[in-house]
Amino acid sequence: MKQDAEYYQRDPNIHPVACTPSYKSSITRSPRFSLISLENSISEITGPVFSHSDIDPGDNDLLTNFAQSNESPIGQRIILHGHVLDENSRTIPNTLIEIWQANACGRYRHKNDTYLAPIDPNFGGCGRALTDGDGYFYFRTVMPGAYPWQNYVNSWRPAHIHVSVFGASFVQRLITQCYFEGDPLIPICPIVQTIPNPNAIEQLTARLDLNATIPFDAIAYKFDIILRGRRSTLFENRF
Amino acid sequence: MPQHLSYLKETTSQTAGPYVHIGLAPKAAGFEIYQKELGENIAGSKAEGEQIRVEGYIIDGTGTTLKDALIEVWQANAEGIYAHSEGGGEVEDGFRGWGRVITNFKTGKWGFNTIKPGSTLARNSGMQAPHINLWLVARGINIGLNTRIYFDDEVRANSIDPVLNLIEWENRRHTLMAKRSTDNDIPIYRFDIRLQGKDETVFFDV
Ligand SMILES: [Fe+2]
Repeated sequence: MKQDAEYYQRDPNIHPVACTPSYKSSITRSPRFSLISLENSISEITGPVFSHSDIDPGDNDLLTNFAQSNESPIGQRIILHGHVLDENSRTIPNTLIEIWQANACGRYRHKNDTYLAPIDPNFGGCGRALTDGDGYFYFRTVMPGAYPWQNYVNSWRPAHIHVSVFGASFVQRLITQCYFEGDPLIPICPIVQTIPNPNAIEQLTARLDLNATIPFDAIAYKFDIILRGRRSTLFENRF
Repeated sequence: MPQHLSYLKETTSQTAGPYVHIGLAPKAAGFEIYQKELGENIAGSKAEGEQIRVEGYIIDGTGTTLKDALIEVWQANAEGIYAHSEGGGEVEDGFRGWGRVITNFKTGKWGFNTIKPGSTLARNSGMQAPHINLWLVARGINIGLNTRIYFDDEVRANSIDPVLNLIEWENRRHTLMAKRSTDNDIPIYRFDIRLQGKDETVFFDV
């Protein structure tokens, strides 16, 4: 019988290296020595498990999860949906996804964000969901605005949603950012440009998905998330 | 024409940015939204074993402390079992072994309370010394950094730990040792993470 074994190693050709000088704050926060490569032990193949008792059903609706009753945030209403799969195309059920984003003006609800654009009283800017049995998830939210940031004097982030996902083990843990098809700020963003591979950038760019749109309500974007796959072995294996 | 390999490619990492708290710890960002924030209690109320506290700073290449970082911890219980289907057995009710810790916005200090984990099975044979797995994200960190906290009072277990022994530079191993002090109600282990420069912490590609 085939058994699950180690996870595939991360492909260094698709991930940013630690020190990427055009994203200035990486310079002093990046290790200079190489990472020590570890073969998986029990500490790596395990990871936290979440259930529906950890979250509430409405946590994935950013249009309502912070709004006053009968009010809703300003901005273009969107659905962000997709599947979580591994590199073997296996769906990953029951995994926790958390997202956070700026409001439609590009302002974050955060103590340290001082951008002059206004806070939206009806928008918190975070949501979370567990994938269903097919690895599927969806959020309802508003399209985030572009915002300026301290890097060069005229640096603007493309519209993006931050995405955190767990997978089934601590080695699959991932934080990334979801961009939106057609945004002219994507190719000139120093943070996007930390990614060495154009296909990998494409994979972070959500596609307009008219099939999933809710007519007269919200336009949809599809964003699939791929986590590290796992080797199978024909032989006994101990971690 | 040879056949194609049809593996998908992992989604690329991007920095968690300065506002990671909104998504993962919204109370720290300055607002309440969820009934229950995740990762506040690592061991639960029924965990057996020695109660400990771990604390320290994260220090960048200029010697400045990070004030906008988030750490996730992942550990076994006192018996060396992880709360997971492949974790080696059953854990106490309420023990998850996972938590979230943020650096103080003003001082950069971080800390968490938990129980000291036991030794866990090593990859092939033998045991790994007690350790806590860390995953660190922040603005300026393009892909989460993995490291491990070991305990400086576990001298014998540490000396035969396969991961510590894998580190070719013996003079770097001490960067993974938390230092125990017992001047307080519960033992405190001090663990500073140096991203760069003298005594740069050992980070792992797991
Ligand atoms: Fe952002």
